[in-house]
Amino acid sequence: MKLAFLLALLLLASCAPRITGNTTEEHQRLQMAAQERMGIVGEYSDGFDPMVFLTTWNFNSLPDEERAKYYRETPLGNGTLREYWITALDKEIEVAPGVWFPAWTYNGQVPGPTIRATEGDTVQIHFRNEGTKPHTIHSHGFHASEMDGSLPEQFVLPGESFEYEFIAEPFGLHPYHCHSLPIKQHISKGLYGVYIVDPKNDTRPKPAKELVMVMNGFDTNFDGGNEVYAVNTKAFYYMMHPIKLKRGELVRIHLVNMLEFDLVNSIHTHATFFNEYPTGTQLEPERYTDITVLGQAERSVLDVRFPFPGKYMFHAHQAEFSELGWMGFFEVEP
Amino acid sequence: MRRWLQAALPLVLLAVLLLAFVRFGPIGVFKAAFPPVEVAFIQRVEFSPEHITVHVFNDGPEPVTIAQVLVNDAYWQFSMASNVLQPLQKGLIDIAYPWLEGDPMDIQLLTSTGVTFDREIAVVTSTPQFGWLYFRTFVLLGIYVGVLPVLIGLLWFPFLRLLRGSWYSALLALTVGLLVFLGFDTLAEALELLPQLPGAFNGVGILVIGFLLAVMALGAVSHKTEQYSAQRGEEGMAITWGYLIALGIGLHNLGEGLAIGSAYALGEIALGSTLVIGFMVHNVTEGVAIVAPLTRSVAKVRAIVVHLVAMGLLAGGPTILGALLGGFTYSAALNVLFLAIGAGAIFDVSFDILHYMAKGRWNSLFTPGNILGFLAGLLVVYVTGFLVL
Repeated sequence: MKLAFLLALLLLASCAPRITGNTTEEHQRLQMAAQERMGIVGEYSDGFDPMVFLTTWNFNSLPDEERAKYYRETPLGNGTLREYWITALDKEIEVAPGVWFPAWTYNGQVPGPTIRATEGDTVQIHFRNEGTKPHTIHSHGFHASEMDGSLPEQFVLPGESFEYEFIAEPFGLHPYHCHSLPIKQHISKGLYGVYIVDPKNDTRPKPAKELVMVMNGFDTNFDGGNEVYAVNTKAFYYMMHPIKLKRGELVRIHLVNMLEFDLVNSIHTHATFFNEYPTGTQLEPERYTDITVLGQAERSVLDVRFPFPGKYMFHAHQAEFSELGWMGFFEVEP
Repeated sequence: MRRWLQAALPLVLLAVLLLAFVRFGPIGVFKAAFPPVEVAFIQRVEFSPEHITVHVFNDGPEPVTIAQVLVNDAYWQFSMASNVLQPLQKGLIDIAYPWLEGDPMDIQLLTSTGVTFDREIAVVTSTPQFGWLYFRTFVLLGIYVGVLPVLIGLLWFPFLRLLRGSWYSALLALTVGLLVFLGFDTLAEALELLPQLPGAFNGVGILVIGFLLAVMALGAVSHKTEQYSAQRGEEGMAITWGYLIALGIGLHNLGEGLAIGSAYALGEIALGSTLVIGFMVHNVTEGVAIVAPLTRSVAKVRAIVVHLVAMGLLAGGPTILGALLGGFTYSAALNVLFLAIGAGAIFDVSFDILHYMAKGRWNSLFTPGNILGFLAGLLVVYVTGFLVL
């Protein structure tokens, strides 16, 4: 009797199930749906607008009266005196929709305000530290030792001020950033910006549009690796809001890499090539290509034209970075 | 009335103390500009074609806002009934994602303060959906692993009946050895699971309550039935024991079934099919544990065949239930509870057998036969345990 029972159970077991594949149209629909879902959810809600940042230097996006609080030009015998008022502030910034990063900023924005002068101009920065840690402005380019902002005695303590002054040279594309310690922290928290020095005698073709792009990232959980990658701080911003260009017009991209923790960063433009001026210090392009790789604080000027209208992606060719936010669109109008 | 006031007074004072502490205490020191303590816990991840469902639990004292989700280091759009989870609240995150069968996966939740919580899945595979196919699969798994091996173990009954005197005593000692090993094994499994529980669930609490609950309940049951079965002589007593052992082992097997079902659901069974084979061999020894007390007292095998089958089902059947529960609604907390109950039951039964063997003279237990039997019991489970890789 027991044997019969066991046999019955074994018989039942023999009709073991098999899992069948699902290759129906329904599955294809699901596959397409999954492809369309890469990226973030929600909308940005804080005040910083990466679209405005692209074409802003010397506070030119502000109305005159407001602008005068941050920037003043005075003609000198040779060149111009350009004065900037820059303040270090602690501020929470939105780096992905709904994700707030406790940043250290210049003037409440990351990247800081873009400084733009012509070769030989006098640049004067009235720097005030309203943050909680010692900060500085260390700009790349030529300057006297005491203007370097890199030694402990040059650190500006919270509540204190300092005036940086130097002649704008050499021409090219440079970063400025805080050099207080630990430097890695002061940079990755957001204290950096772009400093453009235009050549006095520019023989390069004249661009119809100029764009400032800072490749950056944010370590939101402070584990020594970035959770968010972007151009101009906000992940996928130019995916959601494509940059509008015109077919055939010359676009000059001032590209600076301020990414911390990762060794290199890159840009790749779809469906076009660009003339590249590394560091912007030569008047002849050095390369004609569609991808360039930059180390930390390395930068490059890219002259690009789109031959066809349409929507074209641009992104880091480190696919990992691109799917973590460093991806955008150019929308080329006919 | 006065008594009640006396009882309530400390409670009232405690309430006042708490209020005063919150209002005037040094708690402000800790409430600096730090970001809130967020703790999100991913309890379960389910996979269906091109789709992932994440069960997340807020395990901290503050609300958690799930702002973004990363799958394998890429942002992926998701939907959630509410992005904000209150403390102890559970949420479901739906993600349309082209996952790949057999791959490992890392899912990361990024909260509004930039904190991340992640869960790694060793092998991605379709999660069983409740339906005939998987129902049959889990029932069969349970039968293979639990019911059949125990029943096969019971078949030693006629052979074991031949044992007499100190050999019989050694057999009982062997049974105790088997049970004690299983008891520790079950406890260890429960302990291993504790880190998988959200802290708020207090896994140790579940373990202690489950364990002692089983000891108390079985103690009460055996106390009652002993009085009753004593009137029916040794045989009645032995049968009662058989059932109690079967119940303890059944609870142990429920935990085993949960482990197998959830391993199947999480795709881990693909990593080692020997897991199931090992459990099968291992469980044959449990049949021996059940029949051992019956061997001397029962006059005719035929008379208790029904009891034997019933005991076999009681011991092995819960594996089916466990496999079903584990496969469809895996919950680490439930698993810990069942394992703790199983461990409690097994230790209680072991003690009962020892108590019977000693008949009030505990030193008499330590005969060479008993000691060797006991060690043999431990070794048998230990050695068959090697098959569970």
